Amino acid sequence: MSSVQKMNTKPATLIGLARRNAELYGEKPAYREKEFGIWQSWNWAEASKEIESLSYGLLSLGIKQGDHVAIIGRNRPYFYWAMVSVQAAGGVPVPIYQDSVADEVCYVLDHCKARFVFAENQEQVDKVLDIKDQLTSLKSIIYLDSRGMRKYDKTHLHDYRDIQKQGADQPDKLKAELEKRVNAQTEDTTCAMLYTSGTTGRPKGVVLSNRNILVTAEASSEFDNLTADDSVLAYLPMAWVGDFIFSIGQALWTGFCVNCPENSDTMQHDLKEIGPSYFFAPPRYFESILTDVMIRMEDAGAFKQTMFKYFMAHARKVGGKILDGSDSVSLVDRLKYALGSLVIYGPLKNTIGMSNVRVGYTAGEAIGPEIFDFYRSLGINLKQLYGQTEASVFITQQPDGQVRSDTVGVPSTGVELKIAENGEVFYRSAGVFVEYFKNPKSTKETKDKDGWVATGDAGFIEDGSGHLRIIDRAKDVGKMKDGSLFAPKYVENKLKFYPNILEAVVFGNARDRCTAFINIDLQAVGNWAERNNIAYSSYQELAGNPTVIETIKSHIDEVNKDIASDSMLSGCQIHRFIILHKELDADDGELTRTRKVRRRIIEEKFSDLITALYNGDTEIFTKTEVTYEDGAKGSISATLRISDAVVNSPAKQRKVA
Amino acid sequence: MSKKAESRNDSDSYVTADGRTIGPAVMEMRNITLRFGGVVAISDISFDIREGEIRAIIGPNGAGKSSMLNVINGFYHPQEGEVLYKGEVRKPMKPYQIAHQGIARTFQNIALFKGMTTLDNIMTGRLTHMKQGMISQMIWKGKAEREEIENRAIVEKVIDFLEIQSIRKTPVGRLPYGLQKRVELGRALAAEPSLLLLDEPMAGMNVEEKEDMSRFILDVNDEFGTTIALIEHDMGVVMDLADRVVVMDYGRKIGDGTPDEVRNNQDVIDAYLGVSHD
Repeated sequence: MSSVQKMNTKPATLIGLARRNAELYGEKPAYREKEFGIWQSWNWAEASKEIESLSYGLLSLGIKQGDHVAIIGRNRPYFYWAMVSVQAAGGVPVPIYQDSVADEVCYVLDHCKARFVFAENQEQVDKVLDIKDQLTSLKSIIYLDSRGMRKYDKTHLHDYRDIQKQGADQPDKLKAELEKRVNAQTEDTTCAMLYTSGTTGRPKGVVLSNRNILVTAEASSEFDNLTADDSVLAYLPMAWVGDFIFSIGQALWTGFCVNCPENSDTMQHDLKEIGPSYFFAPPRYFESILTDVMIRMEDAGAFKQTMFKYFMAHARKVGGKILDGSDSVSLVDRLKYALGSLVIYGPLKNTIGMSNVRVGYTAGEAIGPEIFDFYRSLGINLKQLYGQTEASVFITQQPDGQVRSDTVGVPSTGVELKIAENGEVFYRSAGVFVEYFKNPKSTKETKDKDGWVATGDAGFIEDGSGHLRIIDRAKDVGKMKDGSLFAPKYVENKLKFYPNILEAVVFGNARDRCTAFINIDLQAVGNWAERNNIAYSSYQELAGNPTVIETIKSHIDEVNKDIASDSMLSGCQIHRFIILHKELDADDGELTRTRKVRRRIIEEKFSDLITALYNGDTEIFTKTEVTYEDGAKGSISATLRISDAVVNSPAKQRKVA
Repeated sequence: MSKKAESRNDSDSYVTADGRTIGPAVMEMRNITLRFGGVVAISDISFDIREGEIRAIIGPNGAGKSSMLNVINGFYHPQEGEVLYKGEVRKPMKPYQIAHQGIARTFQNIALFKGMTTLDNIMTGRLTHMKQGMISQMIWKGKAEREEIENRAIVEKVIDFLEIQSIRKTPVGRLPYGLQKRVELGRALAAEPSLLLLDEPMAGMNVEEKEDMSRFILDVNDEFGTTIALIEHDMGVVMDLADRVVVMDYGRKIGDGTPDEVRNNQDVIDAYLGVSHD
């Protein structure tokens, strides 16, 4: 078959893929969800039927072509079907972060003029009902879990299953209409709209076409040889582009199985039970698992500890090389590694649910080299990718055998890269988004007429390997007063590699020296406190403990030493720091929902602390407003200590070197 | 809110402002007096609990609330007066008979099996529904196996309802207090009671845990139509949850009615705020 013919037989829509899968892999599991303690499973034939009846149901509800339909809930097969059904019926699925507060939900629903909302349960329905009066275009809400809503006025509230039944009851009447709408779709029809969490300002709706999603799904599935036999655990927010590509795009393209955990707290346990072959997690996740393993090993008996240390040392030496298929590992070392797999690596991988991981990815932030190497040395093929919502995820990714912690890989299939003079990375590909919804100004700023998209990140392509390396956000890279380069994220990432430091925010743009806010990691530091009989009642108290401050200072001193050796960035050494009295939180607007630091907001909110960092005070009293999970506001106040760190003179360092 | 306008005729059922149907009385206390030796714990109290309602019993410390709860579930038998349950006068009972009457309860001081998992603890709530003998349980084939599966399914529904999936296999002793309370509620629910007695379900909880627990109590009442009688100290919680409130002080009943009625009752205000006796 020629490639042109092959192109023609490829379904151009999500529902087309679902129908194809029902034919090709009818009996293969397509979706699983743990409910009532048991893994419930749907094969492709069943899933396709569910999607079909929901599509009919949506038609009978009166969905029009181009209608936006919001989806708020945790990862559940029902919502994946909803997205496919909405798209089949000519609508545009708009998944929303389930932990968004009513105000954020209101903005999105109003911005896209959503006509229907899929809501998981009473909590989500209540959010929408709270703001119903402001939403003129909203027609009905479809809920999954009726609990607690028996007394609600049901005129505009429908049960998901009732809608499906309503559709399934009259297929003849609706079939022609559905086919008409499916066939009307082209590669340029909108497939989904995903709101970016936005490190600045209100979220923007990124419009992605069928071409964007399907071409990306195809290219990335081929890159890692994903097949219908793979499986993935869908636990990251449905509103995030990654989940859309992995659990919808790639899953429908290749026909692999999407597994949904019982609820967010059971994810770890469910991961272990499923043992997916394809896994994605942010660096933070790998960090916390490693911290957890190390803490538990410290509690283990002497024999286990010795064995763990011995074999882990060996794994660090040869594990990565064996994974990369290197020839330089001796037979003895290989045998020893095999023994280690039997007694340590295997059971450990099983405990963290990564026994079967064939392709693992991490992205979003830089990952600590020790953390990265730990997983690779165990034989887990963890790789890095670099992506954006605007690119339908993939910009660069690491091919097997070329995996390193300090790069983000080579351009993905079909992606062109370009580095601007100021260091900003630009890309162009078939996955590039159509536009920002109702925001031509931002679209123009981000995407030029030739299709090049600005990433907003500064980086460079490494000579020789062709790998891309990211330094920092382009807009965050600044100049200090003396003209030297200021790259806060570079420093923050170095700090965050210490298990005791959860979050760091570095200041210094246009100033004469750098300072930092630190959040300690309550789990790691708390465990240390317990071990050393240090009593504490809250995060705030632990953060103010003099020994903790001393420990953090020693970490910063080490980082300073490290930075000082780099002549380009030596100005970024941290002179003074404060351990914050509260954890930075998305509910307070300090982090995005994907847990990225919102620099401007933090600068505004804690301006008093920043002033104190620069005016030489050693102590400061502050009061901060906090938002509780239910939306109520409160405030916490504390007297914080400001400490000085050891700064190395770059000149001297250079002489030594 | 038109709760006040409802007729107080015991045989009538009525619909509350939020749309729940409250049926006729399922439990009636008639002139109950309970003494321990010379100490009068409860003296001459009468009130009823109607089907489908949330009935609260409040009062200062030592008012006799927990004793009242023990009379309701048949653990104490009053010296004077009679208890009508589902229209029949109740006779003194053995503990296993008490367990079989469809009344489940939780305790003020959590009474769980600390070394057992959440799942196993809640399974014990199904005990009265297990009909198979010891031998067939040991062989665990056919009927006994089916029975266990049926009961496990009900327990899993309870686990799902209370959102405690993540602690299914965790020994209860390792759980924080608020979660232990939730597990105890789970065990009571697993018995599928028609009347649920809660002895201070929110004691010692923080605000967030109280909100969660309140939601569960309302949902139990709403979803399963379970009649609930609860003792609680937190007045805010009681006034928000309960359809009707009985107020006790020194073993006597000093108020009975809707939360609004009780709030404005002078005797109740005196009992709670204190009054000078000169």
